[in-house]
Amino acid sequence: MSDEHDPQSKYVPTRRDLIKGVIAAGAVSSTGYLFRGSITRAFAAAPGSVERMLTLDVNGQQRRVDVMKQETLAMTLRYKLGLTGTKLGCDRAECGACSVLIDDVPHYSCSVLTHSTRGKKIQTVEGLASPDGTLHPVQQAVVEQQGFQCAFCMSGFLMATVGFLKTNPNPTRQELAHGISGNLCRCQDYDKILTSLMRGAELSREVNNA
Amino acid sequence: MAVFRDVMPAFELFQPTSASDAVTLLAEHGSDAWVMAGGQDSFDWLKDRIKRPKVVVDLSQVSGMSGVRDLDGGVEIGAMTTLTTLVGDPLIRERFPILSEAAGVVASPQIRNQGTIGGNISQDTRCWYYRGGMPCYRAGGNVCYADTPTAINREHAILGADRCVAVSPSDTAPALVALDAKIVIQGPSGERVVDAEDYFIGPGIDITRMHVLKPGELLVAIRIPATWAGTDYYFEKVRDRPVWDFPLVNIAAVKVVNGGTIERIRIVLNGVAAHPWRLAQVENAVTGKPADESTAAMAGEMSIEGAFPLRHNGYKVPLMRNLVKRAIRGVQEA
Ligand SMILES: Cc1cc2nc3c(=O)[nH]c(=O)nc-3n(C[C@H](O)[C@H](O)[C@H](O)COP(=O)(O)OP(=O)(O)OC[C@H]3O[C@@H](n4cnc5c(N)ncnc54)[C@H](O)[C@@H]3O)c2cc1C
Ligand code: SF4
Ligand code: FES
Ligand code: FES
Repeated sequence: MSDEHDPQSKYVPTRRDLIKGVIAAGAVSSTGYLFRGSITRAFAAAPGSVERMLTLDVNGQQRRVDVMKQETLAMTLRYKLGLTGTKLGCDRAECGACSVLIDDVPHYSCSVLTHSTRGKKIQTVEGLASPDGTLHPVQQAVVEQQGFQCAFCMSGFLMATVGFLKTNPNPTRQELAHGISGNLCRCQDYDKILTSLMRGAELSREVNNA
Repeated sequence: MAVFRDVMPAFELFQPTSASDAVTLLAEHGSDAWVMAGGQDSFDWLKDRIKRPKVVVDLSQVSGMSGVRDLDGGVEIGAMTTLTTLVGDPLIRERFPILSEAAGVVASPQIRNQGTIGGNISQDTRCWYYRGGMPCYRAGGNVCYADTPTAINREHAILGADRCVAVSPSDTAPALVALDAKIVIQGPSGERVVDAEDYFIGPGIDITRMHVLKPGELLVAIRIPATWAGTDYYFEKVRDRPVWDFPLVNIAAVKVVNGGTIERIRIVLNGVAAHPWRLAQVENAVTGKPADESTAAMAGEMSIEGAFPLRHNGYKVPLMRNLVKRAIRGVQEA
């Protein structure tokens, strides 16, 4: 990952510009972000035009946030809402580090427009534990089994697993491996990860049946 | 290699709630507009700044464009139906399991949860020269970087090349062509329906597009007639890694075999040409023949006639031949 400017694309804001821009723009809705002047009015009247201020349902909270039209959910979560548990590994739908649940289904948040999640329920790794701090059973299992090494990939694996278990609470090892096959680990201890997540499935069943 | 560069360049975003509003917006913005369904092909183009549309029309809020329903013993599939839905849908599994199987081997679980069938059959090629922004034929230039003595072209075409040697990367496309699917398109002047076989086009017809959608047109649904409902089928995707990877070659065949004799058959491959490659001559030649080793061998040899490999993709020729053999005589269980 790098924050470097591409010399060819002069219009690309750096992360700092971006944050400054957001602060400067404040809560002003800006259909005219791209097109200024009279054309703005024409767009505002068009069907399907979009306001930048959104209310997102994240981890059960209603979060009001100013979202650029081209912003991905991973960017909004990490840099607008401070939910940095969601990681960006590739930003290209190729690693799974950014996995979150949207209406209980795992998605790569780097490859979803934030605006397309309006009205949907978003859950990130920060929303797994109970408000009293009790870990989610899958988290508990990972702690028990020391499932990860550097753990950069961990929140993505947790979300993919929690989402998969909603469709198949009692998977075989093979089925779970297939269910979380959209997540990569650079430290590559897949066997141990799978063992800990299988234990997570078991603990989840115990909690749900209790 | 993708470079991580903060956010995409700005575009104006529209989120219509009906297909007709989407068509109105597309008509208004013409070639300035980019349709976004699940975005799993689109984001690379936008993030890499290779394509810079002024306007994105996001279909995520459109109602009535997703789901599977019965249509006279066949099915109608909304263009916004996710690949995951196709994997699990009971009607598809019962009537056209080949499509469930094809959808189930696309990319990864998360991509299948987000990617749509409309996007899967409208996605652009994965030729990395082109996707890397090189000014090749397909991008409007006058050279093909993949067809030079030093080019890396292991994934490229062995058939049907015309200046461009890129291939169609879709896993579901060959299944839909085999099933005789119809593609329903809405545009400013109304609806038109094209055969799946004619939806996909090669560089000889238009080198800048992989399909017949014109700017301003919306793919709204896919209809599969009852013709091949519940018949035998064979689907196989050959790829380097079992997750994420596009097909090197895949094959989709549907067939009716009676008393060991092939009564009717459709065989379509992808990853060998710029569009799903239907083997109409082979289909004719094997109809009425026994579904055995010698018919398979004959079909395999016939299928590769005219194949013209590049420097690094010669392996696709025997691969294609052997997949065709398998499709005809099946694979012995180990
Ligand atoms: C890492 C990775 C691996 C992948 N592996 C595979 C694979 O193995 N096999 C495979 O087949 N694909 C693969 N894909 C490609 C692709 O992402 C998916 O196939 C997905 O189905 C695309 O659907 P989408 O809805 O997300 O597409 P989008 O990105 O939304 O759309 C793709 C294109 O189709 C156009 N389009 C979409 N819907 C419509 C419509 N209704 N009307 C008009 N135009 C439309 C868009 O304008 C765009 O040009 C992969 C992608 C990635 C990123
Ligand atoms: S194969 Fe086609 S897309 Fe690739 S470089 Fe050649 S002309 Fe361009
Ligand atoms: S950061 Fe989203 S898949 Fe890698
Ligand atoms: S534990 Fe290090 S990337 Fe997975």
